Amino acid sequence: MVKYQLSTKKAMDKQKITGSEALLKTLLAEGVDTIFGYPGGQVIPVYDCLYDYQDQLKHVLVRHEQGATHAAQGYARVSGKVGVALVTSGPGATNTITGIADAMMDSTPMVVISGQVPSAMLGTDAFQEIDVIGITQPITKWAYQIRRPEDIAWAVSRAFHIASSGRPGPVVIDFAKDAQVGLVEYVYEKVGYVRSYQPVPDMEPEQIAAAAELINQAKKPFALVGQGVVLSGAEKELMAFLEKADIPAGSTVLGLSAMPSDYPLNKGMLGMHGNVGPNMKTNECDVLIAIGMRFDDRVTGNLQTYAKQAKIIHFDIDISEIGKNVSVDVPVVGGAKETLAAVTELLQPASHTEWIAGFEPHEKEEYEKVISREVYPEKGFLKMGEVIRKISEAAENRAVLVTDVGQNQMMGVRYFKYTQTRSVVTSGGLGTMGYGLPAAIGAKFGAPDRTVCLFTGDGGMQMTIQELGTIMQEKLNVKIIILNNNFLGMVRQWQELFFQERYSFTVMANPDFVSIAKAYGLGSRVVENREDLDEAITEMLQYDGAYVLVANVEDRGMVYPMVPAGGTITNIIMGDK
Amino acid sequence: MTGKTLYTVIIFSENTVGLLNQITIIFTRRQLNIETLSVSPSAIKGIHKFTITTFADQDTMDKVVKQIDKRVNILKAYYNTDEDLVYQEIALYKVSTEQFMQTGKVEELIRTYNVRILDINESCVVLEKSGHYEETQALFKELSRTIGVLQFIRSGRVAITKSKVERLSDMLSTMEKKLQDKQGITNGEE
Repeated sequence: MVKYQLSTKKAMDKQKITGSEALLKTLLAEGVDTIFGYPGGQVIPVYDCLYDYQDQLKHVLVRHEQGATHAAQGYARVSGKVGVALVTSGPGATNTITGIADAMMDSTPMVVISGQVPSAMLGTDAFQEIDVIGITQPITKWAYQIRRPEDIAWAVSRAFHIASSGRPGPVVIDFAKDAQVGLVEYVYEKVGYVRSYQPVPDMEPEQIAAAAELINQAKKPFALVGQGVVLSGAEKELMAFLEKADIPAGSTVLGLSAMPSDYPLNKGMLGMHGNVGPNMKTNECDVLIAIGMRFDDRVTGNLQTYAKQAKIIHFDIDISEIGKNVSVDVPVVGGAKETLAAVTELLQPASHTEWIAGFEPHEKEEYEKVISREVYPEKGFLKMGEVIRKISEAAENRAVLVTDVGQNQMMGVRYFKYTQTRSVVTSGGLGTMGYGLPAAIGAKFGAPDRTVCLFTGDGGMQMTIQELGTIMQEKLNVKIIILNNNFLGMVRQWQELFFQERYSFTVMANPDFVSIAKAYGLGSRVVENREDLDEAITEMLQYDGAYVLVANVEDRGMVYPMVPAGGTITNIIMGDK
Repeated sequence: MTGKTLYTVIIFSENTVGLLNQITIIFTRRQLNIETLSVSPSAIKGIHKFTITTFADQDTMDKVVKQIDKRVNILKAYYNTDEDLVYQEIALYKVSTEQFMQTGKVEELIRTYNVRILDINESCVVLEKSGHYEETQALFKELSRTIGVLQFIRSGRVAITKSKVERLSDMLSTMEKKLQDKQGITNGEE
């Protein structure tokens, strides 16, 4: 009898695995193929286990934990899958905060796994202990501490369910060391339901009908396209919707590639540095249809004067967004893919030729006063816009655009062209300088067959420049264009316009970026003359591997048009005076 | 507090670690001061109920409650004003036995304020009164004026709505049904 018990126990022990292995098995079961991470003391057991799983789980060693999160974001944005970052406790975890906050603002699905001190030491100010859950609760969809190996399978599966469903976002799993080394009988069951969490609100037929009725009566309808369209994969439904009722549309920065740039009903970008037409028409339309966007202040300007003449319809998956910034006449809750299809079915075919033609004078004005000067200058220093447009076209407008934050970002999203969805990787809500380089790394892993072009500035590049090491180690083919004006350009622009040209700490003494790139073994050159630009771009795109093109652009370039912060959206500075 | 109303926010949540922080950070972001807070297990096993009062305007309250409701571990959040609620607070008062006896008004005090005596010993008496803020405060003022209060504590508000039922159990059964409809999907409860 005793003997029998012993042998049974032994058999059971055999089936047990460590918590670290349970984590990796769950990641595999959740479809993870790539992890961006950085090892450290309290996560060594996971890394030790990862050593045996290298053939199934690609681990990318970044150079700073912030880079791991931005890379995971870039990966998620282009692939639609959940990005994963793995870091150690304490400083490893706190270094991820910016990326987590960025993912929260931009609804990017991401799971961040941080090591944690053994559970018996929690609360004792142990070496490299930090209250990760307390710190990350305001900037995550869910944050959970695993203290027992039994909780790994369900908690990690739940993390992926929460991160990827509904309005996506970041989830933090804080993984105590004793749970990493403890043994567990591993049973995985995919979590697809959480009682207290309804990711997609039920569609409401009255709302669908009310929206359709309002649109059917509209003489001057105008649609605002946000990232919600991309996140719910509703690009086709969006275009069917717009075409049936002949509705022109503007796009937020994060919604940009939901429609191709040359799609006739795509009237361009909204907001502070958006196109003139969409901003002007916002305050002329009779029905404003917002789809998967959140009326960010960079889009709306002064809310007191924003679209006051219009009835507003707001499609959103997140009920708390309805009425948050703008009061809404007809809410349409649910996923954009389903709600757009349902409303489209009730639409009467319409034609708004005259209304749509009303965008043309604005397009013409913007072309003459801004675009032609920025993209097709004939003399003077290189301009940011011309570099961006030339590269976009040289890559047949099929590349993924990654930007940093500032002038490079606004110029990038304005002048890059899109022919397919999920082509814009940029920090929209948080506006994180230093986002670009690591996000480009993630984007390349997420879309290995696409050309990835990062436009960054001399400032942002130096915030995360160490990730060139990651590119070197991974032999990753990303094209990096530094729009170098030796200034923190966007702040300098504000100082010029609103602070009496007092350039307080925006002048930058920069290193020789080419030497830096070469030190990392990457291709690199400077371009500063217009006549060399085509050749430099060809060299960059044809180069087999990563390439850093340092474009020395005019030092006092300005991004126009511009709606001053908090100003009325139709009060636009064209910069032609 | 001009132009602001006292709202009572009622929240049902899973009973998990860190829930209170998740709720309070939403108040903090909007600089809303929590006036009272009470947390306890609800009538449904495993579900906790928070009752929070705060001064705000309705527009802010709408947004705050939606943002609380959205948190993953929150089952339901809503708000009410005092007209919709039956509510109560409880207060304890410690006074000196000697002075309490000397007043010669113990019976009057008990009858007027509907006070209960919880404990008497040689040095002090502990009185209890439940009621609205104004009522417990009135007794505090009376005792302070006459015999002095050695210690005083008031609880957060508890409240139930005047409407017939708490809709949470209906909501829970709908949720459970949805789970059953999705066969083979695991319920990821903490």
